[in-house]
Amino acid sequence: MNINGVQIDATFAEAFPMRATRVIITAQNLKWAYHAAQAMTGFATSVIACGCEAGIERELDPSETPDGRPGISALIFAMGGKGLAKQVETRAGQCVLTSPTSALFAGIGEGEKIPLGKNLRFFGDGFQISKRINGKRYWRVPVMDGEFLCEDTTAMVKAVGGGNFLILAESQPQALAACEAAIEAMRKIPNVIMPFPGGVVRSGSKVGSKYKALSASTNDAFCPTLKGQTRTDLSPEIESVMEIVIDGLTDEDIKKAMRVGIEAACSLGTENGIRRIGAGNYGGKLGPFLFHLQEIMA
Amino acid sequence: MTALTFTLKAELKQRVDVSPLTPDRLAGKPLGEIGAERLQCGNRQVRADELFSIEGQNPDRLIFRGSRKLDYVGKGMSRGEIRVEGDAGSYLGQHLKGGRIVVDGNVDAYAACEMKSGEILIRGNAGDFLGASLPGNKKGMSGGVVIVKGDAGDRCGDHLRRGAILIEGNAGHYLGSRMTAGTIAVLGQVGDHLGYAMNRGTLLLARTPASVPPTFNDCGTHTLGFIPLLLNGFRGLETRFSEMSDTLKRVRRYAGDMCGLGKGEILIAI
Repeated sequence: MNINGVQIDATFAEAFPMRATRVIITAQNLKWAYHAAQAMTGFATSVIACGCEAGIERELDPSETPDGRPGISALIFAMGGKGLAKQVETRAGQCVLTSPTSALFAGIGEGEKIPLGKNLRFFGDGFQISKRINGKRYWRVPVMDGEFLCEDTTAMVKAVGGGNFLILAESQPQALAACEAAIEAMRKIPNVIMPFPGGVVRSGSKVGSKYKALSASTNDAFCPTLKGQTRTDLSPEIESVMEIVIDGLTDEDIKKAMRVGIEAACSLGTENGIRRIGAGNYGGKLGPFLFHLQEIMA
Repeated sequence: MTALTFTLKAELKQRVDVSPLTPDRLAGKPLGEIGAERLQCGNRQVRADELFSIEGQNPDRLIFRGSRKLDYVGKGMSRGEIRVEGDAGSYLGQHLKGGRIVVDGNVDAYAACEMKSGEILIRGNAGDFLGASLPGNKKGMSGGVVIVKGDAGDRCGDHLRRGAILIEGNAGHYLGSRMTAGTIAVLGQVGDHLGYAMNRGTLLLARTPASVPPTFNDCGTHTLGFIPLLLNGFRGLETRFSEMSDTLKRVRRYAGDMCGLGKGEILIAI
């Protein structure tokens, strides 16, 4: 398959089941909502060492938020329910509770409940106030700038993590430009995040390592500097490979995001050095979700 | 199906307990059986069809053509709707678990007492002890919403535990006395001793009261984010409070009653 001269490999991305929740962070203005949201979703690129994968989903208009202020919706993914609950609570406590003028709400109503403000309320040292509004419980925790308003719980749903595709280009700047175009398009798709810095990861990994202590190591088959040194997957003209990893609430959401992302990258075409679109997989052994690139782009 | 309608045949001389006439208890019963329901009237029991002419079919929607002597309207009901055309007596919606009661006129004391969930809309005035606990009990209304378009009497929300009482007129003395939690909002004037022995909960006042009890301490003026959230939560209900989410944000906060637990609050709009 070929789009605008760019080869779409006959391969698939391999994804695995995760648990996820959405939270809504509001503040006096969008600037401070972003500060809180960026802190909460920071250091959350990969479950391998961060405990969760998180990212900003989109900006919310005041008409879309529970308290009528500007807001941000963020998605947080983890491998299991317990891990997700721990990450959400820790991050809410350290990053949102602490952020001036912030308030925190659940962004998903249906599903298994995990604590949001349920335990953070104890920060109020007995001065916290509970309010039940339309069947939902909220906590008003007195803080130095006024009150931190936080919903009691958020809901956890089944989700999919690890959707991905690779952009293979003739140079590093060209690979990055294609990734930026892809991310810009993908950010318009709801229910997905691209958890790596700027949505792009340059250090894709393979399973295993020559070092026993490591479970993953650099994906040498896609490292352009190793083309003559290892069993490479790259043709001579490829000088740089970058990956976009996608976590989504459903596999359909991931497919939509992959489609628009690949379309945007391919729109730059071979004249801009974009040569191939590939994907990362583990031979179909890791996860039950397989995203075949050619099927998605058909 | 038309609403099941109970119209009084004659002026009542005694008070009548109409608690057997709820959607829950009348579901599936033919009209004859409904007419045979025994109602306590004064010190004797009478058949429902002795007092009322009964028309209609739908037991999920009841209409009473009312009287101030009809007590316990909708007691313990969990679903459906009861509409009272005219006035109702005491204990309207006592132990209400769900559904909706609408009264076009006034109601007497203890409306919504120990109510658990659902909605009560009173287009006229409410008597004393609205949303309170029964005498001797310590748990008043514990959920749902009560809207009073007119005035409420004294001791409104006594021992209130959860839920919201929205009064668009004035409220009497001892508003929110002995409250455990919950919210009472008043658009009009309030009487003396508001929040008497209040432990927790919120009294939200649109107008500055004549006086705030000396056992409430001034905590200053604040813009509280939960107020628009709370008022937005009343959207879809027939209340002016739902339209105030853009205007009612900034309040002066008084904490009390310091003679008790002291974790209640009076919020006065500024």
